[in-house]
Amino acid sequence: MDFLNAIIVLFNFTVIPALAYGSQLALGAIFVTLIYAVLRFANFATGDMMSFGTMFAVILTYYFQSLGFGLGFLPTALLTIPFAILMMILYMLIIDKFVFSYYRVKKSPPVQFAMVSVGVMFVTQALIRIIIGPSDRRFLDGEKFIIKATEFKEMTGLAEGITLKSTQAITIIVTLIVVSIMFWFLNRTKTGTSMRAYSDNEDLALLSGIDPKRVVLITWVIAGILATIGGVLYGLDKSYRPFVYFNNMLPIFAAAIVGGIGNPFGAFLGGYVIAFAEIFVTYAYKRFISYLLPEHLEPDSLLQLLSTDYKFAVSFSILVIVLLIRPSGIFKGKVI
Amino acid sequence: MRNYKNVIAAYSIMIFLIILVGIFQSWSIALTILNYCLISAVMTIGANIQWGYAGLINFGIMGYTALGGLAVVLVSVEPVKKAWQVGGLNILACIWIIVAIIFVVKFILNRFDKSKLRNYSVASVILGGIILLRVTAAPGIEAIESVDPAKTGFLGGMGLPVLFSWIFGALLAGGLAFVIGKIALGLRADYLAIATLLIAEIIVSIIKHEEWLARGVKNVIGLKRPAPYEIDLQTSEWFINLVTKFNSSKLNLINSISDKQEALNQMVIDASSVYVKLCFTGLFLTVVIILLIVTQKALYSPWGRKMRAIRDNEEAASAMGKNIVKEHLLIFILGSAIVGLAGAMMVTNDGLFTPGSYRPMRYTFVIWVMVIVGGTGNNFGAILGGFVVWFLWVEAAPIALFLINLFTSHLPETNAVRVHLIESAPYFRFLVIGIGLLLIMRYRPQGIIPEKIIKQ
Repeated sequence: MDFLNAIIVLFNFTVIPALAYGSQLALGAIFVTLIYAVLRFANFATGDMMSFGTMFAVILTYYFQSLGFGLGFLPTALLTIPFAILMMILYMLIIDKFVFSYYRVKKSPPVQFAMVSVGVMFVTQALIRIIIGPSDRRFLDGEKFIIKATEFKEMTGLAEGITLKSTQAITIIVTLIVVSIMFWFLNRTKTGTSMRAYSDNEDLALLSGIDPKRVVLITWVIAGILATIGGVLYGLDKSYRPFVYFNNMLPIFAAAIVGGIGNPFGAFLGGYVIAFAEIFVTYAYKRFISYLLPEHLEPDSLLQLLSTDYKFAVSFSILVIVLLIRPSGIFKGKVI
Repeated sequence: MRNYKNVIAAYSIMIFLIILVGIFQSWSIALTILNYCLISAVMTIGANIQWGYAGLINFGIMGYTALGGLAVVLVSVEPVKKAWQVGGLNILACIWIIVAIIFVVKFILNRFDKSKLRNYSVASVILGGIILLRVTAAPGIEAIESVDPAKTGFLGGMGLPVLFSWIFGALLAGGLAFVIGKIALGLRADYLAIATLLIAEIIVSIIKHEEWLARGVKNVIGLKRPAPYEIDLQTSEWFINLVTKFNSSKLNLINSISDKQEALNQMVIDASSVYVKLCFTGLFLTVVIILLIVTQKALYSPWGRKMRAIRDNEEAASAMGKNIVKEHLLIFILGSAIVGLAGAMMVTNDGLFTPGSYRPMRYTFVIWVMVIVGGTGNNFGAILGGFVVWFLWVEAAPIALFLINLFTSHLPETNAVRVHLIESAPYFRFLVIGIGLLLIMRYRPQGIIPEKIIKQ
């Protein structure tokens, strides 16, 4: 019984949150990696682009709520995602047309692209703050929990309970669906193959008649879908605050590089690697251990490797270590 | 000579703008802006050395700035004796443990060949070391943080004059840059950018959360100043006489003695704040001029030419027998040390150390915008960039507010759009900086004052 309790404690406080957080990171990391593979630059506007898409979802959620639309027990935000994605793609294409395409034609070095993306980051951040403001917003409605700790305890008769928030379940399910569709698209369809060819060798792809404009367009469309969904899921799970989204760019970068930048599957797994590492290193194991050990051996301290303040520092350290030991990433960055 | 005309024109416009602020807003604000412009100029000199001279992309400027700020606390604050008594031993022990870990790891790396066993043993030494550190430090940290937590709760500094901290800040930042450079400089340009960005974030989070070091997010206030305090000036005879002399014509117009005294008091208060800021301006200007002379000399020396050669074509420079790794490391250290100096200057100017305020937006990306807008590879350009961008960063909000009021003046006061726009006026600075950067990158990629190559 004690053993079961210990497992449940660990599951409830580390595995479930890490899975949800990892899914959100994974979507962002695939976004980064796609842009890197096809358009060949590190996009420093990642976090703010995700925030931009989420902003539309937040505004539309408020609008739909005022009209009385809803999905019952599901959050209204799910209904607004398609519209938000459309707006996001539109914004990305405008940015690409007026900013990035010029440098792409000129074949500028990646560093210049990165600096330009910093400019885009500033502009996007300004627009977000001017349109919706910098404050913290919650836009979750519908059922909050799928399983509550008390119900779980009653059902099983255990001392510890599992809490499953609906946002966590939605995050994991939606991520799996989106990512599987995306991999199917990249690997099985003609357009996906042409994208991979373009990212492998641009000149060869051009010679075989692949239209670069179409490839770029499709890339931004997929990027828009990933960025918006990732952003909305994060916002539903935690809350929507522009500054936090900017900061999330850092673990997302870490995930993309750890997984091997340019490799979408690596980025997907990298998101979970970062999330699990952050949570496992900063989790206090006292309760877990106290179930396993006999009573007189119970530990006094929290048994925490690092305090939760260093959550970000953990993922960055992993990144630095990976960069040093294996710069191509754990899953070998083979460009898409 | 034509190039110099451009430079002089650009700087005159900048100074004219600051004078305009002095006339329309107040001289105190104008001097605050000028001081920050000078601090930004030091930062851009540092960033420009790395990016403009050598083409190294360092997105970790925030980390070095914060470290420079930390140096001010470590040098100038009086030591907290009681904290040292209760927990100093543990902290000293920790330092020895860290040194020991480094030596053991180095020994293992040198002694044994590359193998899985070596990797595991290095990893286990580091992991064991961290656990040992935590066990040793925990009681000490707890004791230190409980010493009068509202006021101190940290080890304090060395109690030296604050100007020493500028040197110490530069040394600290340079030392860190040595470590980071050893680790990360082999990376490709965009990886280096990301790695430095994240390392800076780690540094700031350590400063923020290690309260025994510099009180963390509880901030250290009332730091020493190299300039006199306003309150002392307001009571000192010579200063009041000076103010009276300057404003004698204005004072003579006032007839009643009590009114005259009141007016004089107000003038003394205003003048004292301006005087203190002028002292800082003088100090900062000295630093900027010294740095400018040194960097300018370096740029046109054989060493500067070597750096440019490395930047423009690494392979060719390497084939000519230049040690690229060494030169990159050197320039990384020099640039970071200058940024650390700027960080120390900034904290000295503010008189308080607030680790929570170090954010990559303000301390990394804005500095980069300064360098790129001003002119990469040209010190005059980089300094001008610091002035222009900081000026815009500060003045964008008032200007935006003015424009919003102008364009929405036909709308009623309570119009939702108008109210919303007025509330969001401060965020127009991001827009101005972003669009400015994009325009410069597109239409004048070499910056306002481009790099000038002297042909010999």
